[in-house]
This record gives sequence, C-alpha cells and structure tokens, in this order.
Amino acid sequence: MTSQAITANTVQPGAKRNLSWIVPTLYIVFLMLPIYWLVNMSFKENTEITGAFTLWPRQPTLHNYAVIFTDPAWYSGYINSIIYVVLNTVISVSAALPAAYAFSRYRFLGDKHLFFWLLTNRMAPPAVFALPFFQLYSAFGLIDTHIAVAIAHCLFNVPLAVWILEGFMSGVPKEIDETAYIDGYSFPRFFTKIFVPLIASGIGVAAFFCFMFSWVELLIARTLTTTDAKPIAATMTRTVSASGMDWGVLAAAGVLTIIPGALVIYFVRNYIAKGFALGRV
Amino acid sequence: MNKTWNNKAWFMVLPVLLLVAFSAVIPLMTVVNYSVQDTFGNNAFFWAGTDWFAQVLASDRFWEALGRNLLFSAIILALEIPLGILIALNMPKKGLGVPVCLVLMALPLLIPWNVVGTIWQVFGRVDIGLLGRVLDGIGFDYNYVNDVFDAWVTLIVMDVWHWTSLVVLLCYAGLVSIPEAYYQAAKIDGASRWAVFRYIQLPKMKRVLLIAFLLRFMDSFMIYTEPFVVTGGGPGNSTTFLSIDLVKMAIGQFDLGPAAAMSIIYFLIILLLSWIFYTVMTSSDDQA
Repeated sequence: MTSQAITANTVQPGAKRNLSWIVPTLYIVFLMLPIYWLVNMSFKENTEITGAFTLWPRQPTLHNYAVIFTDPAWYSGYINSIIYVVLNTVISVSAALPAAYAFSRYRFLGDKHLFFWLLTNRMAPPAVFALPFFQLYSAFGLIDTHIAVAIAHCLFNVPLAVWILEGFMSGVPKEIDETAYIDGYSFPRFFTKIFVPLIASGIGVAAFFCFMFSWVELLIARTLTTTDAKPIAATMTRTVSASGMDWGVLAAAGVLTIIPGALVIYFVRNYIAKGFALGRV
Repeated sequence: MNKTWNNKAWFMVLPVLLLVAFSAVIPLMTVVNYSVQDTFGNNAFFWAGTDWFAQVLASDRFWEALGRNLLFSAIILALEIPLGILIALNMPKKGLGVPVCLVLMALPLLIPWNVVGTIWQVFGRVDIGLLGRVLDGIGFDYNYVNDVFDAWVTLIVMDVWHWTSLVVLLCYAGLVSIPEAYYQAAKIDGASRWAVFRYIQLPKMKRVLLIAFLLRFMDSFMIYTEPFVVTGGGPGNSTTFLSIDLVKMAIGQFDLGPAAAMSIIYFLIILLLSWIFYTVMTSSDDQA
C-alpha cells in the first residue's frame, strides 16, 4: 500500500482540526454569558436594570462599587472572608505537610484506614455538620470569630491538602531522602531545606485549593457567624432594602468575589485537574 | 513505591488527627447523640432508641428528597460526562489556545457557590435576566419561580455550567498524557476516528473519567447552596434536596432528633460512596 492510500482512509488531523475549535469556543461562550450579564449589571443603575433591557450599560456607573467600598457592612464582609480563608489555608497546609509525608513514605498501623477516613470527611455533606458545629463552637464561646470558621473548614480542607500533597510527594523519588540522611542531614533540616523546596509547586497547589474551597463555602461559614466575622457571601443574601432588591450592588459584590479566583487561576492552570482530583491524576 | 514500616510515622499524622477529630468526630458524635434521644426541653433528654430512624425511614418526605437527589445526580452525570469528553477531545493540544481555554474554562469552578446561584438567579429572571428575557421574547413561557419543570431545567443548566469544566479538565489531563507515537501507530494501521477514540483515548481516560464520575456524583449528591439561592427548594418542595431539607429541619424547625437520624443515614450513604471512590483510587495507584 502506498502512503497515499494510507492517508486516504485514515484520520486526517489537519482537515479535522480546522473545525474542532468550534466546540470549545461554543462552550466558552456559554460559560461567559452569565458572567458577562453579571458584570454588565454591576455597571448599571438600578433604574436601568429594571427599566430598560440593554446589552451594555448606557450610562456606565461605578456607583455600585462605590457603595461596597464605602459601606463597612459590605467591605468588612470581604475582610472577614479573607481572614478566615487565609487562617484556614495556613492551618490546613502546615498540618497536612508532615501527615502527607508520612503517608507517602511509610507504612504504619492503620495507615490505610486513616487515609480512607480522611477522605470521608472531604466527602461529608456540610449540611450534616452545620448544627453540631454551631453547638460545639457555642460551647467554646467561639461563635462569630474567624478562627471558628477557619477550624470548621479544616473538615474538608485538611483531607484535601493531605491527598494533594501525598500525590505530589509520591512523585519525589525516595532515593533523595536516603541520600540526604547519608549526607548527615537531620530530619527537620532535610524536610525544610531539601524536601519542601522540591514539592514547592505541590504546596502552592494545595494552598490554592484550600483557599478556594474555603472561599466558595457558605453553609458552614454562615452558620458560625452573626456579625463580626460574617463572610461576604452571607452579606450578599441581604441586599433586599425598603425600595426592593438592590440588583446593581448585588451584581457588583458578585463580580468582586470572582476576582480572587480569576487572579490566581493562571498560575495553577496546569495543576487544576490534579487539585480537583485530590492529587490523583 | 515500596514503603518502610515505621509506626513512628503516627507522630507526623497526629496534628491532622487532632484537627479532624475536633472538626469531624466530636460534631458527628453529637449528631449520633441526638439521633437516639428525645427531649421535652430544659435539656432533659431521654433514650429514644431507633425511633427517629424508623420515623425518618417511614416518612415520604425523606424518600422524596432522596429520589430528587438521585434523579438530579443521574441527569447531571448523563449530561456532564459526555459533554466533558466531547469538549476535551476538541481542545487545542498546543499553542496559545491551551492556557486561554484552561483559564476560561476553570473560571466557573472558582466562583463562590452562592454567587453561582446569584448569577443564574439574575440571568434567568424574566424581568431583568438575559436568558429569561430572550426565552420570553421567542415565546417560551419560562419562569423558574413558579414552574417545576423550569426550575429543574434552570438548576440542571446551572450545574452543567458550573461543573462540566471539571470533567473537561480531568479528561484533558488524561488525553495529553497519551504519547504522540500511539496516534502515529493508529494512523499507520488505518484506524478510524472512532477506533482511535475507543481503543486509545478512552482507555487512557478511564481512570480520570472514574474520578470525574465519582466526584461529580458525590458533589451533586450533597448540593445545597446553589438551589437554595436560586429556588429556595421550591416551587413547593420540587427542588428540596436532602441537604436543603436537612438544614430546614435542623436549623429552621429545630427538630433535632429526626434531623440527626437523617444526617446519619445521609452520612452512611456518603460513606459507602467514599469507599467505592477510595477502592478505585488506590487500586489504580497500584497499577500505575
């Protein structure tokens, strides 16, 4: 068979590829439409939102954003969210680091059960924990504090961090550990000077996912807070004022919650599948 | 990797253990407590045995919510998995298109869940939303607040919007790991497009697809925030899923006993699913 005959009845990537961009493009358009509408609304006055149907703001205004940045009830929501999210990320990753190392390097009594049990907590429905959390943290007088939400979110973020880090650590050959010990490194020195830099990208990914899952969660955060530590996501549910819904401010607040994720997404784009699959791709 | 046996590794796991014990075991024990006790107030509790479990398992409310959950998960999986594969197969493999696609597609995954709800709430409204206006304009009688079917369609489209990218990203990660030599071999053998998909791409995606399938099933099974924001469980009870019902029962009505019993049953279902997930993950770890 000549080479011409071979290509005749096989896939011709060049010819096919010309059309294949349509599918992802259509999908991205579908993804962007609702976001575009939200951004569009956030630059409009309420009268324009409810009165006229316009595809872009006819009288663009920053009034909605100004409301958020000048009213403490609004901007403190962002500050609260960021405080407990950062606290949670720090706690989760630093607790998960040694544990993930243990899981990736050693076998020990009950290790598999423990690893499985951690996973069940990642999979646990927050709805099940909402009420007991409220009572537990009330008993400790921690209701409406940032640390309460930070610790509560450890429920799903610590297992997530352990699984992701374990995935990354298992990719580092064991010979590196052994060589370091032969060279006379003590364990803490080896861990901080050699091992942590080796899995720096893994730590970054784990931190990103802890940040993200704590940022997107609302049910537990809302249950544990009333005013002082109220997250922005919960503040958003209260845009109903005497004159009806304040759609413009609601949209602006929504846009502002998307920004943190959108800013860092570029740095983790190659690991995002790995993170969502709990370090197992 | 062959691991050494070392029980001292327990000390490294200890911080995690304490943290998760505080944030999972203690709360779960209070749930177990409530599920077997009854109270007439004043913090006087007495043993109720399995009454609450019997009551929950006999109630239509529980089975209806469970049924809605299963139906929702089934529809979600039937839509998102094939759609995700289709999109992943057509993603660019190199060039500027790759980061652009990855970043734009991942965006919905990083939006707070209640904001996802808010986005679709305003997007679908007949008076101010683009989708609602357009559907209304071309003659559809669309209203997700009053109509059960419309409410379901809105929630499903919203979930497809929110989570299909997860399937896409996982499948894409599986696809890029296929060496170019496989495709060349297929070309020499004269394999059709379908044969390439069936015998090269699908087997390579098998593992990530399983992960995607299980993750999507579990997360859609405990969905709360998005339907809560968009429909609030209505119209009627038509979109009241297990977790919405549970929160309503526990925090709204303070029916601690039945809520706790329901939590335990809910948790047991999740436990079973997690076990399947774990078995799949670890057995494929061994193969890899």
